[in-house]
Formats: sequence, structure tokens, C-alpha cells
Amino acid sequence: MDHSQAVSAEPAPLAKKRTRIRANRQQGWAALLFLSPWLVGLVLLTLGPMAASLYLSLTDYSVLEAPSWLGLANYKELFVDDKLFLKSLQVTFTYVFVSVPLKLIFALAVALLLNKGMRGLGIYRTVYYIPSLLGGSIAIAMLWRKMLGGDGLVNQVLLKLGIHAPDWVANPKYAIYSIVMLSVWQFGSSMIIFLSGLKQISGDYYEASSVDGAGKIRQFVSITLPILTPVIFFNLVMQVITSFQSFTQAFVISNGTGGPLNSTLMYSLYLYKKGFAFFQMGYASAMAWVLLALIGLFTFLVFRSSRAWVHYEDGGR
Amino acid sequence: MTDSLRGTIWLKHAVTISIAFIMLYPVLWMVGSSFKPGYMIFSEIGLWPGQWVWSNYSSGWTGIQGQPFPLFLGNSLLVSAGAVLGNVISCSMAAYAFARLRFRFKAVAFALMLVTIMLPHHVTLIPQYILFNQLNWINSFLPLIAPKWLATDAFFIFLIVQFIRGLPRELDEAATIDGCGPVQIYWRIIIPLSVPALITTTIFTFLWTWDDFFSQLIYLSDVAKFTVPLGLRLFLDSSSQSDWGPMFAMSVLSLVPCFVIFIVCQKYFVEGIATSGLKG
Repeated sequence: MDHSQAVSAEPAPLAKKRTRIRANRQQGWAALLFLSPWLVGLVLLTLGPMAASLYLSLTDYSVLEAPSWLGLANYKELFVDDKLFLKSLQVTFTYVFVSVPLKLIFALAVALLLNKGMRGLGIYRTVYYIPSLLGGSIAIAMLWRKMLGGDGLVNQVLLKLGIHAPDWVANPKYAIYSIVMLSVWQFGSSMIIFLSGLKQISGDYYEASSVDGAGKIRQFVSITLPILTPVIFFNLVMQVITSFQSFTQAFVISNGTGGPLNSTLMYSLYLYKKGFAFFQMGYASAMAWVLLALIGLFTFLVFRSSRAWVHYEDGGR
Repeated sequence: MTDSLRGTIWLKHAVTISIAFIMLYPVLWMVGSSFKPGYMIFSEIGLWPGQWVWSNYSSGWTGIQGQPFPLFLGNSLLVSAGAVLGNVISCSMAAYAFARLRFRFKAVAFALMLVTIMLPHHVTLIPQYILFNQLNWINSFLPLIAPKWLATDAFFIFLIVQFIRGLPRELDEAATIDGCGPVQIYWRIIIPLSVPALITTTIFTFLWTWDDFFSQLIYLSDVAKFTVPLGLRLFLDSSSQSDWGPMFAMSVLSLVPCFVIFIVCQKYFVEGIATSGLKG
């Protein structure tokens, strides 16, 4: 009864407030409804499993028997005793630190070549994207393995030129670079992001600078590159995060072994072998958390360094 | 136009075409080789088959390890269709809530959603496997499809949120005045207007599921349940050189759906990648 008096005393604002509260409550329930699949997934397939995997990483667990508590022993073994783990780190770092820069340089170079109202841009962009479109498939990884094999396409071409080349995928010195090459080959999606970044740069800058007598190289260094740094930064972060997790190509090219001599034993491949070939699920969980920490660390470093080299036109707001 | 300028333009085209040709050579060579008789595949580096045969396709189609290749195609289609439907429905629902509805802890929930995009799947992999094992789902398609119905590909939530934010709010307000609740606004206004974002979601979910190797490898063990990537790998295992032909033929076949979708929906690819950094 109280509020009917209140309504009569102060009709407009309170009634409005009340309908807003009702509308908000209705929206709250609706939000719960619409978010329910995601919420269930978040709890059952993401947060729950994360907690479980953190726990399992502190245990010895083989699926068949209940987990037995080890404390930090898995982590200690990883960094102190497991030579293969250190090898897989080395392989993964080689892969990430060679393939990511090469891929971005290539993507930027081709984007610059295609930019500036070149005729047939649409067709070229399509053609250059095809490797990115198909490259993740097992079919292309198998083709790569056959192509770089002892009597594969590459060596046949080299033979015509009078060069006797080794079996690239069976040679521990070169095998990882065949995977790097496969990754760089798929520069298309980074290139498309660069192209759309280049399109945003106003032509006025170039006109003004050429009036001032700046050459092409000077324009690239002082205009294009600084304006493009946020796009480079974005591509860099995305590529680093995905490259650390690369699996399929190394699996197919080494036929699941990580060989020859573990030279293609990428982190994910080693984790897969530990978890699903040897069923050391606790150990594999510890590896997963180390991977998360590594990716987090490198992403953080890239973000940290960005203050020094990424230039935002709006002053970094 | 001066001669020297015309000259540089021609040079640019020549360089662009040469790079493209070298890049695509392996793929074109594989297509050509799939029509060559087995003995010619290692001896010919040219693209055009000196002798055309269809036998690679017919022998690949009859399959491997007692299972016909169309079975793998059917399995892959089934998994991909289930994943696409799941992603489109569950991600658009969550996206609508994040973009349009007011609720408590929205900022926290949204931040959580963004963080899960960046999360490497390895940290949830093993407990998920144990969970699906306890549900008796191993060696079925459920572990590959069910997570999509729970919007675990948060990337697409983000994509659709960004799209919905670009739609005029006046439409929602007009519908509210006409007595529509959130469910009707979602179904009658947001969904029809979000079709471009939903098509992007469909395309990339399809491609990623079609190409996905890791989850299919760990969850499927019975050859009769194998998808295209797992089926193709069987050709690689029997690595005697006479099998190159059928392997290449079925590889080419496995790439056809991706290629067709790409050609038909090019616009969505370029926009999807350029606006949100979707990896291809």
C-alpha cells in the first residue's frame, strides 16, 4: 500500500523506474536463457577441465588407475630429467622464431606489391590466399611430405639442374625447415590483413611527402611502416599464439614420430605422444600448463615491447 | 602514361604472376598427378599428364582397409554439419545476450569469453577426454559435435557480437514498443539481420572441422568411423609408391569442398579475415 501512495505523490519518475527495473529483470532472465549453452560449456568444458588438468598435472595418472599425488615431480622431471622435452622446446622455438617472422615479411612484401590500385587485385588476392585455405588440411601436409621426399618433386627439379639433393624430410638437419616452409607458404591470411591495413592509409600522406621530396623508400620507412605497426602487432600476436600449438603438419610429415632423430618433435606432438600413446595423462597435463605459461610469457613480451614500436594514430587510447 | 611507367606496371604483373605460379605449383602438380598412371608420377615434373587415366580415382574411391572412401566423406559431412549448426545457434545466442541485453556480471562474463578465445586447447584436452570417456562417447562423433552446441568456439561469439553492435538499436526499441520480448527480438530482428556474420561462422566452422585432425585422431579409432583426414592418412601409411596415385586423387577430392565454398563465398572470406583476423 505504501508504494501506491508514493506513486501518487511522485508519479512519473518512480513509475518509469519501476518499469525499468521490471525490464531489467526480464532482460536478466533472458540473458541467462541465451547464455545458458555457453555457460554450461564454460563450466563443463573449460573451467572445470582447467581445474582438473591443473590437479592432474600434480599426479601420476594413466586413466586405468586413480591418480596418485606427486606434487611438483612432473614439472621437475620436465625441466631437469626429460631430454626429449628440452628437445621439443628447441624444435618449437626454432619453428616459431623462424616461421613467424618469415611469414610476416613475406605477407607484407606481397601486400605492398599488390597494393595501390593494381589491376586484377581481387584475382591476385584470391590466388595468394589459396595456400592458407588449403594448407591446414592433411592432404597438403601429405603432399609436402611426398614432394620433399628423396625422389619427390623438389629433388626431381633439382636433378634436372644437376643437383643431387638429400631426402629433405628424412634428414634431421632439414626436416624442421620443411615444416617451416609449409607454414610460410600459408602467408595469405596475414597478407589480407595487411592489405586492409594499407587501404586505410590516406593518400594525402604520400602526396604531401613527395612534395617534400621524399623517395619511395623514405615513404615506406616514415609513413607506411609506422602506420602499419598496429596491424603488424596484431598479426604477430596471432601467429605466435597459433604457431606454438602447431601439430598436424609435424605429425603428418614425420608420420607421427617427430623424427628423424626427434628433429620435428614439436611441443604439441610430444604432448600428444605422452598423453595418448603412453597414457601419461598427468605428465601431459603438466606439459599443457607449461605450454600455457610459455604462450602467456611470449604474448606478454610482445605486448610489453609494443610500447616501444607500435604507433597508434590516436595516441594509443 | 609514359613508357617507363607502363614498363614497371608490366614488370609488377610479371613478378606477381610468377610468384603465384611457383606457390601454386605443388597443388597443381598434385591435381595433374592424380590423373597420371602410377609410374609417371615420379618421373614427370610437368603439370599436364602425358597419359590420362581415371584409375586413381576409381581405386581410391573403393577405399582402403575394407572401408569405401565415400564413407569417410559421409562421416566428415555429418560431423561438419553438426558442428556448423551447433556453432551458429549457440554462438549467436550468446552473442545476442552480450551485445544487447543488460545483466549482472556482464563485464566479467564478456572478459572471460575473450580470454577463452586465446586459451590453448591443451589445458582442457585431457580432462575433456576423460569426461567423454566416462560418458562412453569415445569412438563416436559426439565429442566432435557436442562442444560446438555449448559455444566453446568463443571466437565466433566475438565475431557475431561485433556484427550485432553495428546494427541500429532503434529496431530493437521499435520492436519492444510493439510488445516483442528478447526472444522475439533475437529471432525476428537480430538473426535475419546477422546473416552475413552467420555465413562467416558457417564457412569457417565447416573448414576448420573438415580439416581438423587432432580431435578426430584422438576420439575416433574404428576405421568405419573415420573422417576424411583420418581416411587419407591410411593411404600414407601404405606408402608403397604405387599408392601415390589414389592418395593424390582422394586428396584432391577432399580439397574440392573447401575450394568450392571459397570461390562461392569469397566476399565473406576477405571481410571475415580483414575485420576480425580470422586465420584461414
